[in-house]
Parts: sequence; C-alpha cells; structure tokens
Amino acid sequence: MALKIVVCIKPVPDPDYYDKVSIDPVTKRITREGIPTIINPVDKNGIEAALKLKAQYGGKVTVITMAPPNATENLKEALAMGADEAVLLSDRAFGGADTLATSYTLAKGIEKIGGFDIVFCGTESADGATAQVSSQLGEWLGVPHLWSVFNMEASSEQCLRVKTKAENGFMEWDIKLPCLLGVSRELNKPRFISAMGIIKAKNKPISIWGKSDLDVEDERLGLTGSPTKAGAIFTPDLKRKGEMLTGSAEEIADAIIEKLRAAGVNIPTQGDACSIEGGAQ
Amino acid sequence: MKKRIWVFAEYVNCTLDRVALELLTKAKELASGLTGETEVAAVLLGSRIGSTCKTLAEYGAEKIYLAESDELSLYNPMLYAPIIAELVQKEDPDIFLFGATAIGSELGPTVAAQLKTGVAAHCVDMRIDENEHLVASVPSFGGKILGEILCPDTRPQMASVKPGIFVQGEPEEGEAEIIRVDVSGIKADNLPLKALSLEKKEIEGVPLDKAEVVFCGGYGLGCKDCWEKLEKLAAIFGGAAACTRPVVDEGWAPGEHVMVGTSGKSIRPKAYVGFGISGATHHICGMKDSGLVINVNKDEKAAVFEVSDAGAVADLNKVLDQLILKLN
Ligand SMILES: Cc1cc2nc3c(=O)[nH]c(=O)nc-3n(C[C@H](O)[C@H](O)[C@H](O)COP(=O)(O)OP(=O)(O)OC[C@H]3O[C@@H](n4cnc5c(N)ncnc54)[C@H](O)[C@@H]3O)c2cc1C
Ligand SMILES: Cc1cc2nc3c(=O)[nH]c(=O)nc-3n(C[C@H](O)[C@H](O)[C@H](O)COP(=O)(O)OP(=O)(O)OC[C@H]3O[C@@H](n4cnc5c(N)ncnc54)[C@H](O)[C@@H]3O)c2cc1C
Repeated sequence: MALKIVVCIKPVPDPDYYDKVSIDPVTKRITREGIPTIINPVDKNGIEAALKLKAQYGGKVTVITMAPPNATENLKEALAMGADEAVLLSDRAFGGADTLATSYTLAKGIEKIGGFDIVFCGTESADGATAQVSSQLGEWLGVPHLWSVFNMEASSEQCLRVKTKAENGFMEWDIKLPCLLGVSRELNKPRFISAMGIIKAKNKPISIWGKSDLDVEDERLGLTGSPTKAGAIFTPDLKRKGEMLTGSAEEIADAIIEKLRAAGVNIPTQGDACSIEGGAQ
Repeated sequence: MKKRIWVFAEYVNCTLDRVALELLTKAKELASGLTGETEVAAVLLGSRIGSTCKTLAEYGAEKIYLAESDELSLYNPMLYAPIIAELVQKEDPDIFLFGATAIGSELGPTVAAQLKTGVAAHCVDMRIDENEHLVASVPSFGGKILGEILCPDTRPQMASVKPGIFVQGEPEEGEAEIIRVDVSGIKADNLPLKALSLEKKEIEGVPLDKAEVVFCGGYGLGCKDCWEKLEKLAAIFGGAAACTRPVVDEGWAPGEHVMVGTSGKSIRPKAYVGFGISGATHHICGMKDSGLVINVNKDEKAAVFEVSDAGAVADLNKVLDQLILKLN
C-alpha cells in the first residue's frame, strides 16, 4: 500500500521570542520585528509521523501551507527533512482568515493535490494557538478526524489504532483511512536535517497556488469568509509589586512562611506534618 | 425573541466536567447583560446521566437538552457533533460555550465547521457589548497578546474556555426543564471512527485546581530528586506541586496534568510559590490569577520577578531545604 500523505505546516514567529512581542502604539498592530520565522514546532511531529509511515509503507509526503510568499524557506526546510513535494497557498484574498476560512482554503489546496490517505496537522500553532484548524479541516475534507494524537500505529492496511489525550487520561480509537490527525508533540521526536537532505531538497518541487488555481467560492476566503472578526488587541498588564526578600536561605524561608500566613494559607505545625508522613508521632 | 445562551456539559466516565459549572456561572452573568427575555441552557450527551441534571440546574441551567443513549457512553465526535449541530439548527441559540478540555477543543470547532459559524478560542474574558454581541478576549503569542474576537453575523457566537479560567458560582435551588433529544436511531457501529476505550489516571495527592497553595517548580529544579522535594513540601502544606513544561519533558514530574500554562492547567490558588522558573509568558498565562505570588530564582534579572508580589534571589535548593526543615 503506497500512502498519499499531506502535512499542514504553519510558519510562525519563533516562540522563544514571545516575551519580545508587543503592540505598536501607533499602528495598533502586533510587532514581531527581528523574530525569526520557523515551522510551527508541533508541525514537525506531523512531518516526522508522515516520513515514518512512508518508510514503512511507501508513498509520497506533501507539505502544504497557507502563508505569505516568503514561506518557501520553511517549505524548503520540510523538504530537507524528507518530504517529497511542497505546496504554498498564497494570495492576498487569503489574508485575514480565521480558522474556518484557513481550514477551507487548506482543504481546497489539498483537493487540488489530488486525493490523500492521511492528513496531518499539529494540535495547535504557537502564535494563534486556537487549536481549531485541525478539526475544522477534517470537516471541510469530510473525513473522520481526531485531535491531540500522542500515539499511533497502523492496525491494518486501512485502519490506524490511535491514542488521544483526555482530561487526566487518554482514549483509544480505530480510525479508517482516509482520515485527518492533529498530532501532539509527544507522538515522536522530529528528525534533524542532514546535509544530504538539504542537497536533495534543491530538486524537489514547490508549487505556488493562488485563488485562481483553486476551485474556491470567493466568499469563503480570507477576511470575507471569516465569521469571527477581530476587535481591539492589547497586552495584559501582569506586573506585580516585586518586593525582594533578602538574607540567608533560612531568613528567606522564614519570610516566605510569613507571607503565606498573611495571605491566609494554613501553615502546618510539626504535628500536622508528622501525620502526613505516616502518623509516626 | 428569547435570547438563548447554551453551555456544553461534558459528561465523561459518569462524571460531569466542572468546567460546565464555571461556564454556567458565566452564562448567567452574560444573560444579565442582554435585554429582553433570556434563557441559559445546558446540552448534555451521554449515558447513565444520574443526578447530573440536578447539578446543572443548581448552577443556573433553566433548560437541559438531554441526549441519552448507551451508544453515547464513549465520546465520539462523529456521533456527538451532528446531534449538537442539528439541535442548534432547530433552536437557534445566540451564544454557545464549550470547555476547552481535550474533548471540547475538538468538538467545539467541529460543530462550528458544520454550522459555518465562528469560535473564539480559549477565552480569558467575555462580555456583552453595546450591540449585544459577545466580545471574547483571546490570548495569542503564549498569552503575551490578547485580542478581542467577535462573531457579529453568524449564530451561534461560539467560544471555548479552559477549565479554571472562570470562577464557579455557588449552587442554588433550581429546577430545569428537561428536553429529551431523540437519539434512538443512532449507532456507534459502522462509523469509520470507533472509540474503543477511555483510560483515566488516578491523580495522587491534592488536584491542582483544588489546592489552596501551589508550589511550582521550573527547569531550575535540575533533577527528579528536587521535584520530589517540592512534592514533599506541597504535601506538608496539604497543597499541590506543579511545574513548567521542561520539568514534564525531563520526566521529573509525573505528567502534563501538573503542568501550568497555555498548554497546561490554568490555576488560581490563594498562594503560588515558584522555584527556578524564568517567567516565560506561556507559563505565566496559566498562573497570573493566583492570589499571592512568590518566586525564588538565582538570577536577579529573571523576568518572573516582574510578575511576583515577592521574590528572592537565591539557590532554590537551599530555600526548599530550609522550608522543609522548618515545617517538618
Ligand atoms: C490575537 C489573535 C486571536 C485570534 N483568535 C481567533 C479565534 O478566536 N478564532 C478564530 O477562528 N481565529 C482566531 N485567530 C485567527 C487564527 O490565528 C488564524 O485563522 C490562523 O490562520 C489559524 O489559526 P491558528 O494559528 O490558531 O492555528 P491552529 O488551529 O492552532 O493550528 C493547528 C494546526 O493547523 C495547521 N495550520 C494552521 N494554520 C495553517 C496554515 N496557515 N497553513 C498550514 N497549516 C496550518 C497546522 O498544522 C497547525 O499545527 C486569531 C488570531 C490572532 C492574531
Ligand atoms: C507552543 C508552546 C506552548 C508552551 N506551553 C507551556 C506551558 O503550558 N507551560 C509552561 O510552563 N511552558 C510552556 N512552554 C514553554 C515555555 O515557553 C518556556 O520554555 C518554559 O515555561 C520555561 O520553563 P522554566 O521557566 O522552568 O525554564 P527556564 O526558562 O529554563 O528557566 C529556568 C530558571 O531557573 C533558574 N535557576 C536555575 N538553577 C537555579 C537554582 N539552583 N536556584 C534558583 N534558580 C535557578 C534560572 O535562572 C532560570 O531563570 C510552551 C512553549 C511553546 C512553544
């Protein structure tokens, strides 16, 4: 069985720099100047999962993104990891999309690639982080889908045995192909890029498709196709008074206990502590 | 026309997820911001529902749409989403709130895609504006930026909220009208997606969301032994031990259920004491509503001090040892 696998990857500003993200007081836009754009970290787990399946069953791995034109750099990285081909969906008409419009556009791109057995998404992006695109893409594609997959194995030619996270636990599923999986970062460890990978990537195709290349309804695209609208943006003020406790470790410990007591926390006495330790009075 | 606010009541393994009660409390508050007649309702799917309806009524549900069937005992989006979407199309609610639990995070956007409406994700605040629209504050960039999200033209206006973000109100005497949804025809078999089982982990000690005081360890803990020290201190207080993501990644802490932050738990204990935490927005986002915040870090420039009521520049090992010594 040769598998057709598509991986959705989103270029995002590197989350290590989010402390430096701010809002421009004049333009009221988010400034991310100087922050490098990387492949959304968990999307690399999707690429890894796809490459592993391909190694096992044969087939082809296509990466797809909806992004501005410079995203070809991120696509090249995915190709260097081992993906076979890449698709960039880029058009002004795609701009300002919420998750419904984003997933619609991705679905149309995947349709044009021509059939699939498995689509991988990440659970969530580092920047927008709505965690909605995966499930909504599954709906537009009309296939069964699961979110927050942390374990996966092929149980037969046409079926995967999958585990997803639940509150304080997990669920186990059988899901038939074709399907979509939103994978979490526990699923695997993404491979590093090799020098050979970079060289091979140079000859792999990157297709760039705009609105006119896709069979789309205009009113479902971008800002127009987005039921949600953005209002004001702001940075929450989380500053606290930041009084410094000084002295030896012992003095600091005393000061912490006093602060806790003043805040109304029950400070254990020796007796309480003993009973927790097993009642050895 | 009556304005309807709905809350999805997640019922798994014969337990109601408490986020439903937090959402009902918020829904009542939102209803009071709308003019005209309003109604708060819960949507409950599952089997062996027991006294859940009574609980929902006590927290503000005036109506409960109940889909009860053995076929629904295990959550399956391919069964749940169409039932809910059909119900929405029939009843036309204005606002529909989901808990952003593992299940709700999948079900909410799935239902929205079927209805072609919008969802505000992981809201940390909600209000009704002058046009009587729902305005939701949505964090992005790990909580560094908050954006207001509206859904002006399509209904329902959907939103998801993580557990622990809104405070659950006090229960009051209440009766809810129960509307049974006909699910006699549904079959879990033959779907291309089959739920096989649900495994629950027993949580040891005090759950994070119930703890009065939380001792939180960061990567600065340095080893598993030090995490165990933190757990010991938490046990002495009858509180809970929590951590940042690297502590889970290193395998020092037992798992993500004790991780605090954008991809972990949101907590609001009376007091939070952090050890060896740098103060990344991803983490702060999950603990910013704590009462008292104290942090110990050896780096005087650590960003975490800016979001602390009190801080100490010190080696956390020594301070932990002293605290345990004094109280044990
Ligand atoms: C401050 C702010 C708040 C926002 N709030 C909302 C909101 O509440 N509701 C809403 O509907 N939209 C919201 N958006 C818009 C949303 O961020 C965009 O629609 C974005 O294009 C997709 O959502 P995401 O980044 O949250 O992706 P997620 O749903 O978190 O991403 C999950 C996975 O989907 C795939 N994926 C996502 N985007 C792409 C892409 N462009 N190309 C390829 N694969 C992709 C990746 O595999 C990714 O791992 C918000 C944006 C901002 C800036
Ligand atoms: C999409 C995404 C989601 C994320 N979600 C979360 C989340 O939900 N929760 C979360 O916590 N993180 C999350 N993260 C990770 C987050 O960005 C930070 O990397 C993480 O919070 C840092 O953890 P830390 O402060 O423990 O470690 P570090 O940043 O490494 O800080 C360690 C600190 O310990 C101090 N230290 C070291 N030794 C000592 C000592 N002996 N005594 C005193 N102090 C000492 C150091 O000075 C330093 O400040 C997420 C990241 C991404 C990209």
